[in-house]
Amino acid sequence: MKRYFSFIIIVFLSLSSQQLFGQQHNHDNHDGHDHSTHDHSTHDHGSHNSATKDAKAHADDGHHAPDCAHIESHEWIEGDEYDPAPTAFHHVGDANVYSIGPLQIPLPCMLYAKDTKKFDFFLSNKFGFKSIGHGDGKYAYNKYVLDGGTVKRIKDLSFPDGKVAINGIVHDHDTHKAYVCAEGKMWETHKKSTADFGIFGGDVDSNFFDFSITKNVMSMLIVFLLMAWMFFAIARAYRNRRGEAPRGLQGFIEPIFLFIQDEVCKPFLGDKYMRYQPFIMSLFFFILGLNLWGQVPFLGGSNVTGNLAFTAVLALFAFFVTTFSGNKHYWEHIFWMPGVPAWVKTILTPVELLGVFIKPITLALRLFANITAGHMVIIIFVSLIFMFGKLGGNPTAGYLTSIGSGLLSIFIMAIELLVAFIQAFVFAILTASYIGAAVEDHHHEGDHSHDVEEAH
Amino acid sequence: MQRLVAEAGLLKFEQMFFLAEFNVIQPDWGLILWTTIFFLLFWYIIGRFAFRPIANALKDRETDIQGALDEAKKAKEEMANMKAENETLIAQAREERARIIKEAKDTGNNIVNEAKTKAKDEAQKIVVSAKTEINNQKQAAMIDVKNQAGTMAIDIAEKILKRELSNKAEQISYVNELVKDANLN
Repeated sequence: MKRYFSFIIIVFLSLSSQQLFGQQHNHDNHDGHDHSTHDHSTHDHGSHNSATKDAKAHADDGHHAPDCAHIESHEWIEGDEYDPAPTAFHHVGDANVYSIGPLQIPLPCMLYAKDTKKFDFFLSNKFGFKSIGHGDGKYAYNKYVLDGGTVKRIKDLSFPDGKVAINGIVHDHDTHKAYVCAEGKMWETHKKSTADFGIFGGDVDSNFFDFSITKNVMSMLIVFLLMAWMFFAIARAYRNRRGEAPRGLQGFIEPIFLFIQDEVCKPFLGDKYMRYQPFIMSLFFFILGLNLWGQVPFLGGSNVTGNLAFTAVLALFAFFVTTFSGNKHYWEHIFWMPGVPAWVKTILTPVELLGVFIKPITLALRLFANITAGHMVIIIFVSLIFMFGKLGGNPTAGYLTSIGSGLLSIFIMAIELLVAFIQAFVFAILTASYIGAAVEDHHHEGDHSHDVEEAH
Repeated sequence: MQRLVAEAGLLKFEQMFFLAEFNVIQPDWGLILWTTIFFLLFWYIIGRFAFRPIANALKDRETDIQGALDEAKKAKEEMANMKAENETLIAQAREERARIIKEAKDTGNNIVNEAKTKAKDEAQKIVVSAKTEINNQKQAAMIDVKNQAGTMAIDIAEKILKRELSNKAEQISYVNELVKDANLN
């Protein structure tokens, strides 16, 4: 009974979180509409975001081509229009710099060029971006450039290697392609290789792999070290203070640990829980740590758990653990459901088989969507200040909005704190339930009589 | 093939929904690699050297606590048993004491009674022997009296016989005088 109740709670919470995402999405679109209806009188206002609008406006007119005569920068503060969507997308994305507010900290770049088969290892300050700025490199290094904090590679192999000064980077807003303006020419660039094969807008012709210690990787490293330090301290406390009451950090983590053990591992995995518990715990605490780390203001706000790469890898782990743990009964229930007429089996088997893959996909998407949504809602609320501030050339509206926006941001952050725990918990409990279903011993007669008993 | 899919436009999510590059849905290989590395490290190192020992410690502690509780329960039961036992012991002791006192009393009484009987018997014996003695003495005295009376009578007779019996009156006074002299000793 308790188990069903927990399920209902989880479903309710997931739904309400997605509601949040939906609201955010509408909000986003709404902003977009507002802006696209604005009249853009100036083209050369030096704002990337406004330039996006221009591109849209131009696209409506006809064709718009990137032009080295109008070099844009990411210094959006200078513009007289403010578009929250690119800002939000920029802030939730990964970067080759660690940005704390406007401060850009260089990170190590590890890049593998597909065209020259060369591996490059250097610190991203080789690109010569401003420490207080937006991560736009002033130099190209071995054909790599830094565009808004992200590394891109010049396609043309005739571009000189080494450190080369560039005039700037322009964007084609139809294809989202960046072009480097250097040596009197415009050089096409490629984005890093992604695993979406172009479906989600990744570069299908990418000419390099980016294995850098990016902002997200750095966050993972920090959280991993923090967690390791914390859990080793706690494990030591358990060893040294054997049989004594928990104290300090140990006392803080113990209820959370016991909650996951007693509410997630034991109910779903039964007596096999000790075997899978480290995995479930690792999922929970790694996700929770990164969720929380991403929410601390002025620590980078890295959106690791809201990146599909991260959630997909964890979901893949969940998928592999489930699949390799699956016993005879599990596969039998997927491929040849017992106790069902043969014609139903022909429908049921494909559905069950699809379910095997859909389950981890939903795991990945749920976490990704919830956390990205949370980050974006906060960015949108903060963006409201700038949107109103830029209105009519008078910042008073911005100052007034900052009060309401600040309060709303605090409210959303409080909700996001809850979501950080809920999403980590949901990921853990669903993974546990999938593994539990795969390792469960099915005793049909026993189960049946038990159900009957329960029904009474 | 990939390019065909991408360029078909239908699946270009970015252009359909987003104004700018929404790259969090483009899982890049670097992040995939690093996530795999960090998660495996997390799973192996923290899972093996922290989560497992913590879980074991918690299990041990749970067992310890359960054991301590069970022991306390047992101790309590034992205590209750002991208390009951003590009470029975005390009751038994009390009974014993009462019995001993009663016995002592009885013994005392018996001794007194016996002593009394014995004393009575002794006294009786003494009385009996005294009576016998008295009788014996009496008889001896009687014999003595008889003997003396006899001797006296013989003496008197002798004296009478020795004196001349001239006159009757003189004779009688003489006899009286003799009798008077003859004190029964």
